[in-house]
Amino acid sequence: MIHIKRLQEDGADVIALIGEIDASSSIELDLAIAKSVGEGFTKILVDCSSLEYISSAGLGVFMSYIEEFKDKNIKMVLFGMNEKVANTFEILGLYELLTIGKDKVQAKKMINEL
Amino acid sequence: MNYKYNVGCSIENLKGVRDFIRGALKEHNVAELQISEMVLALDEMCSNLMIHAHQCNPDELFELHIKVDKGNPVVFEIIDDGTTFDINQFSEPALGNLVHEKRKGGLGIRLVKSIMDKIEYQHSSGKNICRLTKTVEFK
Repeated sequence: MIHIKRLQEDGADVIALIGEIDASSSIELDLAIAKSVGEGFTKILVDCSSLEYISSAGLGVFMSYIEEFKDKNIKMVLFGMNEKVANTFEILGLYELLTIGKDKVQAKKMINEL
Repeated sequence: MNYKYNVGCSIENLKGVRDFIRGALKEHNVAELQISEMVLALDEMCSNLMIHAHQCNPDELFELHIKVDKGNPVVFEIIDDGTTFDINQFSEPALGNLVHEKRKGGLGIRLVKSIMDKIEYQHSSGKNICRLTKTVEFK
């Protein structure tokens, strides 16, 4: 079960993920990101501080937006992952493909430098 | 010690699968990060099976067995009678290609292969057994 909250801060769309993302709930993540893009946001911060678990279904959603974001000049930074969630991104080498910050302050700094 | 769980092939049941595995491994004080990795690998295997071999039909069941004994590798067995898909025969696409093709799949198999030490398939009396093994640290 995943609960997703969106709020806007300093011109960025902050998408907060609360709970677990697996094959049954990854569609929710996809819809939230699609909505943010549809509303014209070019800075997307993904708050993972309450994300307890993510499987490849969720990781695949992030991956599937990489090219589109490049084309549309949309920046995305993920932040606040716990050790287990961070480990999942690390096993796949996704730190090379996605921008991941420690906390919101760092993430905001990173998104402005991208 | 042996644990057994029967699962219907609905992806809504994945949370139950994860809780079952976490609970069993916690009882034996397996290191936390390794528990989370094995939970992830088995989630990937079970979701693949539910989606690709059983089309998410909740009435079709498979069995998940876990064997945990201190000092030995943890052994998981997924037993079912659907079509086998041997992930050892599948060469996962490069990460760059996944990005380019905007594919949402292919990552799960990569995770399972990175996490588990050994993945073996066996076919006996009409059943497919997929056995996954991992050497772990017991606290």
